[in-house]
Amino acid sequence: MSEVEPLKPYSRAWLLSDRPTSRHQARIGRAYVVWRQFSENRLALLGLFIILGLIFIAIFANVLAPHNPVQGDLRNSRLLPPGSAGFLLGTDDQGRDILSRLLYGSRLTLFVVVLVAVIAAPVGLIVGTVSGYAGGWVDAILMRITDIFLAFPKLVLALALVAALGPGIENAVLAIAVTSWPPYARIARAETMTFRNSEFISAVKLMGASPFRIVLRHVMPLCMSSLIVRVTLDMAGIILTAAGLGFLGLGAQPPLPEWGAMIASGRRFILDQWWVAAMPGIAILIVSLGFNLLGDGLRDALDPKEAGQ
Amino acid sequence: MMMGNPSVNMTGTTEAPLLAVDDLRVTFPTRTGEVTAVRGVSFTLGKERLGIVGESGSGKSQTGRAIMGLTAGHAKITANKLEFRGRDLLSMPKSERRHIRGKQIAMILQDPKYSLNPVMTIGRQIVETLKTHEKVSGAQAKERVIAMLEAVQIRDPGRVYDLYPHEVSGGMGQRVMIAMMLICGPELLIADEPTSALDVTVQLDVLDILDKLVSERGMGLIFVSHDLRLVSSFCDRVLVMYAGRVVEELASADLSKASHPYTLGLLNCLPTIGSNRHPLPVLDRKPEWSL
Amino acid sequence: MTLPDVTTVTRRNRRRAPSIVKGTLRFLITAATTFLGLLAVTFFIGRVVPIDPALAIVGDRAPAHVVERVREELGLNLPLYHQFWIYIKQALTGDFGTSVLTTNPVMTDIARVFPATIELATIGTLIGAVIGVPLGVLAAVKRGSIADQIVRIIGLIGYSVPIFWLGLLSLVVFYAKLRWVAYPGRIDIAYEYTFTSVTGFFLVDAIWQGEWEVVWDLFRHIILPGCLLGYFSLAYISRMTRSFMLTELSQEYVVAARAKGLSETRIIWFHALRNAAVPLITVIALSYAGLLEGSVLTETIFSWPGLGLYITNSLQNADMNAVLGGTLVIGMVFVAINLFSDLLYRTLDPRTRR
Repeated sequence: MSEVEPLKPYSRAWLLSDRPTSRHQARIGRAYVVWRQFSENRLALLGLFIILGLIFIAIFANVLAPHNPVQGDLRNSRLLPPGSAGFLLGTDDQGRDILSRLLYGSRLTLFVVVLVAVIAAPVGLIVGTVSGYAGGWVDAILMRITDIFLAFPKLVLALALVAALGPGIENAVLAIAVTSWPPYARIARAETMTFRNSEFISAVKLMGASPFRIVLRHVMPLCMSSLIVRVTLDMAGIILTAAGLGFLGLGAQPPLPEWGAMIASGRRFILDQWWVAAMPGIAILIVSLGFNLLGDGLRDALDPKEAGQ
Repeated sequence: MMMGNPSVNMTGTTEAPLLAVDDLRVTFPTRTGEVTAVRGVSFTLGKERLGIVGESGSGKSQTGRAIMGLTAGHAKITANKLEFRGRDLLSMPKSERRHIRGKQIAMILQDPKYSLNPVMTIGRQIVETLKTHEKVSGAQAKERVIAMLEAVQIRDPGRVYDLYPHEVSGGMGQRVMIAMMLICGPELLIADEPTSALDVTVQLDVLDILDKLVSERGMGLIFVSHDLRLVSSFCDRVLVMYAGRVVEELASADLSKASHPYTLGLLNCLPTIGSNRHPLPVLDRKPEWSL
Repeated sequence: MTLPDVTTVTRRNRRRAPSIVKGTLRFLITAATTFLGLLAVTFFIGRVVPIDPALAIVGDRAPAHVVERVREELGLNLPLYHQFWIYIKQALTGDFGTSVLTTNPVMTDIARVFPATIELATIGTLIGAVIGVPLGVLAAVKRGSIADQIVRIIGLIGYSVPIFWLGLLSLVVFYAKLRWVAYPGRIDIAYEYTFTSVTGFFLVDAIWQGEWEVVWDLFRHIILPGCLLGYFSLAYISRMTRSFMLTELSQEYVVAARAKGLSETRIIWFHALRNAAVPLITVIALSYAGLLEGSVLTETIFSWPGLGLYITNSLQNADMNAVLGGTLVIGMVFVAINLFSDLLYRTLDPRTRR
């Protein structure tokens, strides 16, 4: 039975139609279906909310923070407990407001996470798709290299790299990115190999597309959903690794309010002024949790086979 | 709608039928509402062979599983009557129902590649059935298992005893399954598409063995399949199911006298050699059949 | 009619035998190239990345002639591939250079501290497996229930919480406030010089020697870091167990087992778990490897004298030889565990064995 009248664009029926009339409609329709699936999962929505909150705080930190994050009143405001006047989460040993430091620290966290994703994911995608599509000795060599990087535990390799490069947040980002790309290469390669022999790839080849074009315009978009899920899930680990590096003094240098470094500096007073070290840890926990929930939700929404688990 | 006298069996004496089913319903809750896979199936079974024929989604497998008590946990099963030898299966405590399984009612599944435990040897799996229901020593158990393997015509049963399921062919795997399920001597066997996963030549061998065992032991048999011709040659009676209901019930011999259009459609789908083949008839489903 | 079935299968197996030799060869080549790659990476980090590797090793306060001597020793004036060749030869003999801090050969230092890390990682994995597997089974069997939700939340928090922070807080609670556990290190000062360890694994030695006071002291020291690592291990193991069990419980052989009349308990533990055990054992092995990474920060918090503490101390003191030596050793153990778990998988799954 054919439609008597065309559907109203962006209406629910139009989005869910199984006979889209344009590529645009197909794309938006699919995004809508994924969103519907995703939003049924309340925990995933919580994760999304946390991450949006993080982004919001990072952008508006200078408006939201009540005090200066790097300079504090050494004489009057040292080590005040949470709930003291004007200092919701207390102050640290240099009189700085912990809440303000956490809010500004969100910028550093976001900086690290976004930069690592932007560096590692494309590298992994390219290596994986080229390796999977080319096959042969190109595949063998690239996979050996990937395996070798996978052979080191992430924190340890990042540690060694930062030790050689010198401490600093840019070096930390680079070190973490270097350790993060191998899993993406593996995923991209696995997906590429699934599609390599499909008929639509053969069709495009027959039309004269160069391998470069095939990989770029046809294979890579197919790997996207798995990759996005994996990157999101990895972000929690990236935050934890960055915090670990910060704890060891290898990340952002003082007086920058990096959350891991804050825990390290609060370690001395942990017995009596527990809040100096405890609060940054809670922040890290919440943000990591947010990324984990978001990643889990995305995976369930994008790959219904895994949804049951 | 029951045809024939339910309480008279083959020898003519009256006793409780092996299986009595009246208005069996199986419902699954899904995200989009409830789905009723079996909608009011009724029949009785004595020591005879009953075939249940239908396409995928007709509810034939679910009927068999409901009788066994193997339906998935969240499903709802109701019936006016679901009795095995006069005992109500639905109100029975779970442990009692479990004791009946394997001992008095048995089921063989479709594909031995998946229905045999891949990490246990064949011998151990069959011994397990035995030890669950009877007190036997290890040596006795092995003897009986080897005897059973011989009964399903596996030559060199001593060697097969120590093999893993993936090391034997499909036909042999299905024979192992039959041995495993019949070793405790059940009275009723439900065969859920027992030959659908096998090559055609092997199918006949397995069916022969099934035929022999069911006759020798005087068992009741429910043969579930999508193959109408196979079922009608193997069984005494045939139930045709469509969309969860029984649309026709007749004796195999009376197949040519089928009256329901679905059954007629199924029969027409099998071209006969020598007749005019063009155009090949296609089943024309009427919506009123699924009401 | 039936006989050909059995003999064709065994004939196929006999033809497969020579491929075992080929498989072993391929395995060895993979291992060798991976180790070579590890060496290349650490060489790269040690020699190519720093602007002046000699300075990186001795520190920028060393006198000029020391720096020059180190430069000669390292052969920094030689072409890069020559340096790498020397590096490989040294690594094969276990020579990772000398530690600036302790002035011992790095290998000696590492050999001294490594057993402590192994001991900690073993306890952690034991706790993780013994608690994690039953939790995962419970979550799978009672899928969707409160128990399942709780297990998943425990796992989720385990993935999201910074290990060093949790360690710090647990020290405050269990050591500072409650005095239930001992800190720092592995063993109390009182026993440190009177107790002699033969294997390097204090717990094993103390039990062997029957020194029960020492065993209790060792226990009080290891319990908190062990439980911390154990928590991370069980978060991972319980999640994977749940996933594998859900897959197995939906298989046809479980339906067949129920049809045989087996009890649900037997089906869960002897059928489903037995099948899930195959990938699960490899997960446990990988979790062990992951704990080696987790121990780096854990040992720092608990002053546990293992490889992790060694690396972080060397880091703070800019002792590049030690850092890279430690990194290389951890990398090699990681690879070894991965290869071992591959092997385990092959032997445990009868479908790949015969």
